[in-house]
Amino acid sequence: MTRRRGPSTPAAARPAAAQERPDAATARPRAGAAGEAWRWLHRNLFSTWYNALLTVVGLAAVCGAASRVGRWALTAADWRVVTNNLTLLLVGPYPRDQLWRVGLAVLVTAALAGLTAAAAGGGRSGVLMRRAPALAWLLAPLAVLWLVHGDGAVLDVVRTDRWGGLLLTLMLAAVGIVVSFPFGVALALGRQSTLPVVRAVSTACIEVVRGVPLVTVLFSTQIMLTLFLPEGLRPDRVLRAMAGLVVFSAAYVAENVRGGLQSVPQGQIEAAAALGLNGAQTTFLIVLPQALRAVVPSLVGQFISLFKDTSLVTIVGLQELLGIANSVLANPDYLGRYAEMYAFAGLVYWLFCYGMSRAGRRVEQRLGLGRR
Amino acid sequence: MTGERQAARDPAGGPAGCGVNDPIIVCEDVHKWFGSFHVLRGVTLTVRRGEKVVIVGPSGSGKSTFIRTLNALEPYQRGRIVVDGIELTSDLHNIERVRSEVGMVFQQFNLFPHLTVLDNITLAPIWVRKRPRREAEELAMQLLERVGIPEQAHKYPGQLSGGQQQRVAIARALAMEPRIMLFDEPTSALDPEMIKEVLEVMVELAQTGMTMLVVTHEIGFARQVADRVLLFDEGVIVEEGPPDQFFNHPQHERTRRFLAQIL
Ligand SMILES: Nc1ncnc2c1ncn2[C@@H]1O[C@H](COP(=O)(O)OP(=O)(O)O)[C@@H](O)[C@H]1O
Ligand SMILES: [Mg+2]
Repeated sequence: MTRRRGPSTPAAARPAAAQERPDAATARPRAGAAGEAWRWLHRNLFSTWYNALLTVVGLAAVCGAASRVGRWALTAADWRVVTNNLTLLLVGPYPRDQLWRVGLAVLVTAALAGLTAAAAGGGRSGVLMRRAPALAWLLAPLAVLWLVHGDGAVLDVVRTDRWGGLLLTLMLAAVGIVVSFPFGVALALGRQSTLPVVRAVSTACIEVVRGVPLVTVLFSTQIMLTLFLPEGLRPDRVLRAMAGLVVFSAAYVAENVRGGLQSVPQGQIEAAAALGLNGAQTTFLIVLPQALRAVVPSLVGQFISLFKDTSLVTIVGLQELLGIANSVLANPDYLGRYAEMYAFAGLVYWLFCYGMSRAGRRVEQRLGLGRR
Repeated sequence: MTGERQAARDPAGGPAGCGVNDPIIVCEDVHKWFGSFHVLRGVTLTVRRGEKVVIVGPSGSGKSTFIRTLNALEPYQRGRIVVDGIELTSDLHNIERVRSEVGMVFQQFNLFPHLTVLDNITLAPIWVRKRPRREAEELAMQLLERVGIPEQAHKYPGQLSGGQQQRVAIARALAMEPRIMLFDEPTSALDPEMIKEVLEVMVELAQTGMTMLVVTHEIGFARQVADRVLLFDEGVIVEEGPPDQFFNHPQHERTRRFLAQIL
């Protein structure tokens, strides 16, 4: 643990990787590039006769399947089931004259992603560049919510029963992820608390939620929030579904984070105490940052499953992407066009999950810098 | 039990900042148990302001446990400890006050791996002493000069050698401007070629008049710096004396046996 590891900055790692990875070498035009590529092929794919056979057979199978899917997609498939309903799939019954607001929200999100990437790439370039992303991450979600929902004064309110399709999927997932994270961290800390009551309540919350399927949690919040809250305060169906997702996800965040908390060595806490830091300072400045770094990969995995799990809200009558897809398929005009529709829905899900996975990898690399 | 006692400045210890020779640490008959294991069996020790005390003793004899009681990292069950006029009770306020006046350097460095060297050093001055960041950073840079690695300020601990990490740990402790420094085997986790650079920093620190308690088996350091050397065995101080007498004319058989093993 105290052994030192060489500097593991991406910048230092890159030249070495480029030397080892022949595909990177072939990408750069160099004298021996072709020869190197040939050597790589030989070493990895054709080293023995059965490896060569496997390579040929595997290649044939992949090409065959790909060409068949390709041929189907270009000839037999009738994509009108998707193209004719594209707006419906993307935003559901969202008022058509207000669609520009959704467009603007997408632009805000893209700008946020761009800013984050620029700040992450730019290194430590001044206070503004370091503070700007944090501020943007606070303001952008509020801006998106305001654009999509409206406030009744500047923007007309678009009630949540008019949200649908991919828009609803993304809103459910985003709220689920962003809100469940702090709750999950709080539960994890509560579970480690020295106060018995706090510990017992946290543990009970985590274990109960983890012991039941998401569908149960979704039904519970649908029913319970209407039963127990007074008439005027009753949240609408989307909000109740969001609450269910938050409760479910928070329990899993808590378990992940607990693992991270336990991985922080006791010596760290002692060093903080020896410097005179109090308990809260030790938790928030020393323990949590290290614990969260350690669990980024598992948190990303968990958030990806939460994204996919949003499709379960159709059970409580909400029309997110898959819900809309199914209702389109129920239309006699598009009878039997399952393959096209699900191929499209699958592709959309995959794009977002792959994006999250890549972003998670970037975060890991970025945070890995300070580790020993 | 320590919890029953009232938190108060000890009249015998006097207010902080008195003459050079008054006691800064007073331990009277300190006992500690880990469960049923009696690890400290009545330690009585008085350390004067500016004194350098080196503690040696076999592994498992309670050296670490003892110096960790001095900044309340370990509670004790019987006896009393007064540090710089503040009695160590279970009163949290007293404990935090003592900890911000007593610096500690660990065998395993225990630097914060997610913070740069500079942030490691400025953390406590900013959050505990409420110093402005710029001022804390200036002080940190001065301390890094002093331990000889100002050029490493913006690196992370994981990018430094063991010797450099331990020097950062010393700078981090000094940034709180402590009156007392505790060292628990600061060179034991280091490769031989890095021990010297850390000891040099400690010798320099000793020359500034800092009160130091050092658990170490570096006899050369003890001879050069210590005012007093203690032999710890089975939770008690078996022998103490100036280094010359301790190493050359030990009074006790156990000291002789121990010295024979390490010399
Ligand atoms: N947290 C603990 N719980 C139980 N026993 C402990 C603990 N810490 C230390 N000990 C025991 O107390 C004894 C003294 O330990 P220590 O003070 O670390 O000795 P030294 O530093 O002299 O090698 C050892 O026998 C050790 O096993
Ligand atoms: Mg020890």
